Amino acid sequence: MSAQVSGGATRGAMRPGHGAPTAIARAKDPRGTLTRLASYFSDFRARLWLVAGTIVVYTLLGLVGPYLMGVALDRYIVARDAAGLGRIAVIMLAAFLTSNVMQGFSSWLMASVSQRALKRLRRELFGHLQTLPMDFFERNPSGELMSRLTNDIDAVNQAVAQNITSLFASVLSMAGILVAMFVLDRWLAIASLLVVPLMFWFTRFVAVFTRKGFKELQKHLGKLNGVMEEAIGGQKIVTVFRRNDAVLATFRAENEAVYRAGIYANTYALLLMPLTTVLGNLFVIVLAALGGWLALSGLVSVGVIATFINYGQNFVSPLRQLSNLYNTLQAALAGAERVFEILDTPSETDDAAKAKALPAVRGDVKLDHVTFGYRPGTTVLDDVSLEAKPGQMVALVGPTGAGKTTIINLLTRFYEIGSGQIAIDGVDIRDLRKDDLRRKLGLVLQDTYLFGATVMENIRYGRLDATDAEVVQAAERAEADHFIRQLPSGYETVLSERAGNLSQGQRQLLAIARTLLADPSILVLDEATSSVDTRTEARIQKALLRLMKGRTSFVIAHRLSTIRDADQVLVIDGGRIVERGKHEELLAQRGFYFQLYTSQFKGHAI
Amino acid sequence: MRDLRRLLGFVQPYRRMAIAALVLLTAMVVLDLAIPRMIQHIIDEGIGHRDRGVVVRTALVMLGISAVSTAIAIANNITSVRVGEGVARDLREALFLKIQQYSFGNLDRQKTGPLLVRLTSDVGAVKSLTQISLRIGTRAPLLMLGSVALMFATSRHLALFILPLLLVTTALIAFFVLRMEPLFRLVQQKLDVVNNVLQENIAGARLVKALVRAQHEGERFERANEDMTMRSIRVMQLMSTMTPALTMCINVGVVIVIGFGGQQSIDGELSVGQIVAFTNYLFTTMTPLIMMTMLSNTWASGLASLRRMDEILESVPDVVDAPDARELPAAATAEVAFDDVSFTYGGEGRDKVLCEITLAAAPGKTVAILGSTGAGKSTLVSLIPRFYDVTSGALRAFGSDVRELTQDSLVRQVGFVPQESVLFSGTVRDNIRYGRPDASEEDVVAAARAAQAHDFITKMAQGYDSRIEQRGANLSGGQKQRIAIARALLVDPKLLILDDSTSAVDVETETRIQQALAEKKEGRTTFVVAQRISTVLDADVIVVLEKGRIVAQGTHPELMVASPIYREIYDSQLGKGLADG
Repeated sequence: MSAQVSGGATRGAMRPGHGAPTAIARAKDPRGTLTRLASYFSDFRARLWLVAGTIVVYTLLGLVGPYLMGVALDRYIVARDAAGLGRIAVIMLAAFLTSNVMQGFSSWLMASVSQRALKRLRRELFGHLQTLPMDFFERNPSGELMSRLTNDIDAVNQAVAQNITSLFASVLSMAGILVAMFVLDRWLAIASLLVVPLMFWFTRFVAVFTRKGFKELQKHLGKLNGVMEEAIGGQKIVTVFRRNDAVLATFRAENEAVYRAGIYANTYALLLMPLTTVLGNLFVIVLAALGGWLALSGLVSVGVIATFINYGQNFVSPLRQLSNLYNTLQAALAGAERVFEILDTPSETDDAAKAKALPAVRGDVKLDHVTFGYRPGTTVLDDVSLEAKPGQMVALVGPTGAGKTTIINLLTRFYEIGSGQIAIDGVDIRDLRKDDLRRKLGLVLQDTYLFGATVMENIRYGRLDATDAEVVQAAERAEADHFIRQLPSGYETVLSERAGNLSQGQRQLLAIARTLLADPSILVLDEATSSVDTRTEARIQKALLRLMKGRTSFVIAHRLSTIRDADQVLVIDGGRIVERGKHEELLAQRGFYFQLYTSQFKGHAI
Repeated sequence: MRDLRRLLGFVQPYRRMAIAALVLLTAMVVLDLAIPRMIQHIIDEGIGHRDRGVVVRTALVMLGISAVSTAIAIANNITSVRVGEGVARDLREALFLKIQQYSFGNLDRQKTGPLLVRLTSDVGAVKSLTQISLRIGTRAPLLMLGSVALMFATSRHLALFILPLLLVTTALIAFFVLRMEPLFRLVQQKLDVVNNVLQENIAGARLVKALVRAQHEGERFERANEDMTMRSIRVMQLMSTMTPALTMCINVGVVIVIGFGGQQSIDGELSVGQIVAFTNYLFTTMTPLIMMTMLSNTWASGLASLRRMDEILESVPDVVDAPDARELPAAATAEVAFDDVSFTYGGEGRDKVLCEITLAAAPGKTVAILGSTGAGKSTLVSLIPRFYDVTSGALRAFGSDVRELTQDSLVRQVGFVPQESVLFSGTVRDNIRYGRPDASEEDVVAAARAAQAHDFITKMAQGYDSRIEQRGANLSGGQKQRIAIARALLVDPKLLILDDSTSAVDVETETRIQQALAEKKEGRTTFVVAQRISTVLDADVIVVLEKGRIVAQGTHPELMVASPIYREIYDSQLGKGLADG
């Protein structure tokens, strides 16, 4: 019963209509959301008018059939006019067929309109997501964001794909039937209308209990899911600490609570169907009884009664749909609102007035009194100044959380600095277009992100127009060619999600190849902390040296060899550069760096 | 068929209620079918013979029928919901119990995500299947058969006219159901592609930004989006013809009844009431057909869910106690010996993860396992508490072959700190006390102190009462690891296994943890898995694993002399850099 993540694009109509509704999240501003959602249909105005027109015509034509049926009964069957009966049967058939064909046509037309509108929504969402600052992705865990987006779009899809037109058609048909009924017979119409408040009352009655029930159920389901997720995700720990009995007891208690809540909620929710059926019957009974009574007084004919009964059936079923429709619409609006929230999240923007293109870069990087905090009031980097001359290698060392990664985030302008200045070849990077800046920078991070594509495509991602030969060459220079050729399909091996089939070291080699292909002027590297096997390790070192050659490089260093090769070592602690110099100079200072260094050795001299 | 039998097994405890639901359903059909008959009676006998009494009496009977029908419907509702919820509850419990019995091997093969889907959506699908079957299962076919029978009873001739129409309708529905299924699957596939691009761009946002690939990714998304939209439009357009087509069938039926029935009425073979009743029967035959299309969907997905559950319910835990398993005596000393142990995940034929391991740990000693990712370190230590069974060779712990002991009594003596520190929701204290819920406050604090966790815990807003967010989101990796270590220390195990459990702790803190562990040792045997060489320097025995084999074994000074591989690792991490050598 938990919100089923079927993701089914257009599954709605095939879903069992008897399934109980889940608790509905409500939109905060339904009217505004609806208006905004409607704007996605603006390209299709002409077609929408056509759809609306068709709906009006087929609904009205649909009313003609039952009317003609009554006429046929009274005028031709009772009056025994065979020729007239034949004529009217043909007219009836024509009216029905035209109505049905037009009905098909309108929903056929609507199918493409709604899917196109949804496509536009998806495209805008995707496009906007791409412009959002890194900060957004760090605040929203990818798994959560992903499931939220797919659910929300699916909810919108459910409503847009089926229900908007059928809502319109239902309301129109009900209005038409009402008018027709009053025209045919006032008293029968009034009697029929008596059923409507009953119907609404029943629906409301059921809805109140259902809502209460589902709120309760949702609460318990949430708890049960939490218990199950923890127990299964932590099953190994449960085994290690022999807590099976305790876990089982907790599970049983919550499972029982869900059972009880489920019975309550669903007993009410599923009541709607039999009750509406009964009401439909009641409707027919009232018509038959009152109609019969009136017929005996000569006030109505049998044909009118038959027409009324037929209308009645058409009147009750839209009424039945309405409550379902209401739930779907609510869910869709809530989903749309969340999508719009993302669309309204500010993008990272370039200051258009100042932004200028960046020509070839020599690679002189300068941080001048840079201060930065991720949240207002916090400071992660405090008055940091440094300069890397073209081609130099700068090693950043220090304990975790000292601010090393932050420097990378600032150089790439994933975040904007608070105060101070970062300049490349003397140009403030805030005056550059972000895209230009990032093209000049190469990033090799600890956690190498790879796509679910072939090795070839993953390396080529560094330069999209690279030929196969160039990709292979880059892989060779990155010392990756060797292991790639040992993969089942070599360069054509498709990497599985998050590249689970490669070791961390191999993934880093691919990242190096990718960066070699991109050929950036400035390099930003985050060395892997955990060791890979010694051979791969040696390969990585070799590849990195090749990569760094002739480029200004910033390395968050974990390897002594890297630190020793560095032109400058910057020791960072608590957001400040506490020491700087070459490795030997720093050791001689016997300061923080010396401590850091010796604690790794723990007294074991080389 | 087997799935169905499985389902019936779960319905079994509720069989009385299930049968009651079906009986009630059948009663409802009879009453449903009576209504058109009554209307016919009103028209023919009441209006036709100008008898007000008949109209009133029949109307009252109809009202009575309606009332009874309502009561029956409500009763059916109550019983079917109970059966459905009961089956769902029992299924969840059966699945959960099974998963609880899983050993590490089973858990490695089955990821948490899919297991949870079995327990949630799949259970939901089976519940729907049960409930819908009890609510419309017999009703739809009976209503149809009953209507057809009554049509024939009313007028054979006219019924024969309608029969082909019914067949056409059935064929039409079958056509739509069969035709739509593969199209839907295709849309689903295209949707997966769209979601995949979206997923990659969310998870890989940093890379896409760093390489300025927004445009490229945008084009990729556009292609997938367009592809999916086209497919969706196609399936929606097919679907949009379904409702009108079915309505058309009913309408044609109405025209046939009026046209041919009217003709018969003119010929005096049929009354007006019978014609009206006939049109009503048309609705009562056609609606069940549409109901059944929904039923078929619920059935299909419910059965698919059952089949997926079967995989869990039929599975067997990899490690089970031998029938004659012994309890491990509490006084046994913590010695461990691997004797020519080999291990393969998933049985023979696969690559060996561990190969001919022979290794002994005397009581009170510390054994360090060093090696790169994938060398088999974690597997090696996981064999000791029998989280996996050795494929060949023998593993003795506490003086017995571990396969001869009950796992519970073995695990009781072992403290295990896994690679990934899994914490549970609750307070910090609850988490440390996880293995010994009745531990005193002093013991908790002592364990936390030894794990170097006390200081940061007391700095948290509520100290030991601070709540740990889901999966420890409010703690750093190092903090989680330290709580996990405290948790293991609190059970005061004779054998402590630290599986790379200080990887996120800085070197200084790690040293302090090691010192604290050394102080409180008293005959405790310790296995330490590490990637970082600084972690293992002081161990009594250092074992270097490479690709599942022991390539070196000894103390640090011994290995520095004797093992080139060890020296190589040492140099690359601490000694002179590779670049120099």
